[in-house]
Amino acid sequence: MKILTEHIDVPQIETLAVYKKNGGYKAVEKALKKMTPDEVTEEVKKSGLRGRGGAGFPMGMKWSFLAKPEGVPRYLVCNADESEPGTFKDHYLMWKSPHTLIEGMIVSSYALGANTSYIYVRGELMYVISILEKAIQEAYDQGLLGKNILGSGYDLDLFVQPGGGAYICGEETALLESLEGKRGNPRNKPPFPAVKGVWQCPTVVNNVESIAATSWIVNNGGDAYAAIGVGRSTGTKLISASGHIKKPGVYEIPLGITVEEFIYSDEWCGGIRDGHKLKAVVAGGSSVPILPADMILTTATGEKRLMTYESLSDGGFVSGTMLGSGGFIVMDETTCIVHNTLTFARFYHHESCGQCSPCREGTGWMDKVIHRIEHGKGRREDIDLLVDVAKKIEGNTICPLGDAAAWPVAAAIRHFRDEFEWHIEHPELATKEGAVYMRPGASWAQ
Amino acid sequence: MEGKNQIVFPAETLELVAKIMKRYPEGKHKSALLPILHLAQAKWSWCSPEVMDYVASLLNISPVEVYEVASFYTMFHLEPVGEHVIEYCRTGPCCLMGGVEVYDHLKKRLGIETGETTADGKFTIKEVECLAACGWGPVFQIREKYHMHLTTEKVDQIIDELSK
Repeated sequence: MKILTEHIDVPQIETLAVYKKNGGYKAVEKALKKMTPDEVTEEVKKSGLRGRGGAGFPMGMKWSFLAKPEGVPRYLVCNADESEPGTFKDHYLMWKSPHTLIEGMIVSSYALGANTSYIYVRGELMYVISILEKAIQEAYDQGLLGKNILGSGYDLDLFVQPGGGAYICGEETALLESLEGKRGNPRNKPPFPAVKGVWQCPTVVNNVESIAATSWIVNNGGDAYAAIGVGRSTGTKLISASGHIKKPGVYEIPLGITVEEFIYSDEWCGGIRDGHKLKAVVAGGSSVPILPADMILTTATGEKRLMTYESLSDGGFVSGTMLGSGGFIVMDETTCIVHNTLTFARFYHHESCGQCSPCREGTGWMDKVIHRIEHGKGRREDIDLLVDVAKKIEGNTICPLGDAAAWPVAAAIRHFRDEFEWHIEHPELATKEGAVYMRPGASWAQ
Repeated sequence: MEGKNQIVFPAETLELVAKIMKRYPEGKHKSALLPILHLAQAKWSWCSPEVMDYVASLLNISPVEVYEVASFYTMFHLEPVGEHVIEYCRTGPCCLMGGVEVYDHLKKRLGIETGETTADGKFTIKEVECLAACGWGPVFQIREKYHMHLTTEKVDQIIDELSK
């Protein structure tokens, strides 16, 4: 079942003509001519679609929070600042099929009553910005954007805004600050963007994938979307698969397939690269807890783990993780968990905006301490120190970057403490090039 | 302020700047800061104080409003850079795909470390965080172009090509 990527490999799908020939822009026609904005919102609510950027908040509910005071403009801002390590699905979708996003932007803006909308794209993706701008121009030329779209009386202007290289701008209030031409420092909430967003006007911020899905929901109905998936994990999800698998790439999966099938089936990742064994997975982007092979495949109660919000988080942080952004990073037995954790700790240290002390200082500490462990200079008390620092960051910052930085470190120690200890106790072995700790008796050990 | 060193956009870029400023509501044109900084860096290769002052004058904002923004976002170079800036991704997934070896080869090949520029001013190497191309790693970016699935051979080819 493909909703977003059904036609993604059709040659020239990036052009409006080919996109239209493959059923594109029907949702704009239907929504603007046959439905009221509230009816569109109602279908999105019924679909059960949850925010695909990582938080998983019900999209229809988020829309319903939008304040609608008389005479004040409202805005839809698409979050295309995709920067969570392991995640590259929005990049792929916008690059291959820009009209899929643009169509969703029109439908969603209409539902929200926004007459100006922005797609905030991370600045590094300048070539994708060019692709989007070209596609937007085509949409204007065909009367799908601008004044009185398709004679419906609805006006919409759509612009692309480049970022400047800052992970934090994926946090919605930081993104809005950035859109206002400022540093990307997250804002205190409340007020929420739905009440005071960009330029203090009511604003909805949604992820690329979420917005893109609304066209299909308009065409086929919210119930049809909700029929795909399991329980509260409805619809399809783009999974960015990377690491030691045979076929890295972006896959659109129906939520609810097993993790095992996703990793080993030829339809998806195709299994672990030749001659190697699964050691660990980071299932939802770098910020979610890493899990060892057995725990990612099976829950603590012995059930096969599914690719759903609920199943992946089954067991909480003791034995579970999160679906997050769907950044699925697979590691085989050649992976040094300490090194991988170091790259994540360094990432969050680099990307902390510096506004809150626990995050600004704490991410630096974690980076420094893991760095010395990795380089054979670790101290016995360092492991507990890391756990302590992570605990003191978590929940004590304005935005979730603090949690995102704390969780991967805490989880790596929770599930691979022996590997950290080995680095500290045997620095002469651990610092040898290519040396990797093998847990005795582990499924990935020889 | 005469001659070739004068910091002024050509007429067609100024037209584009005016167009960009109209994307936002009346009085909110400070939002154009990031797009215009990108245009400025594309033209003058780095954001010198003179370039940033010029951008401030275009937007009618104080220079410090430009400095604080340019220094926050990693894409803006606040020091001179070489003709080709190679920005390689150092984050987890690219490292899993052999990034460290590839980047070490790049540094050896150019004889410089991260953050340095070759003596002929041709290349600068910078390390950056995740470029959202993890499944196609290791990755580096040179200006707008993403170079993916890098190997040491591929790095050599790219450097050969750019050295011509």
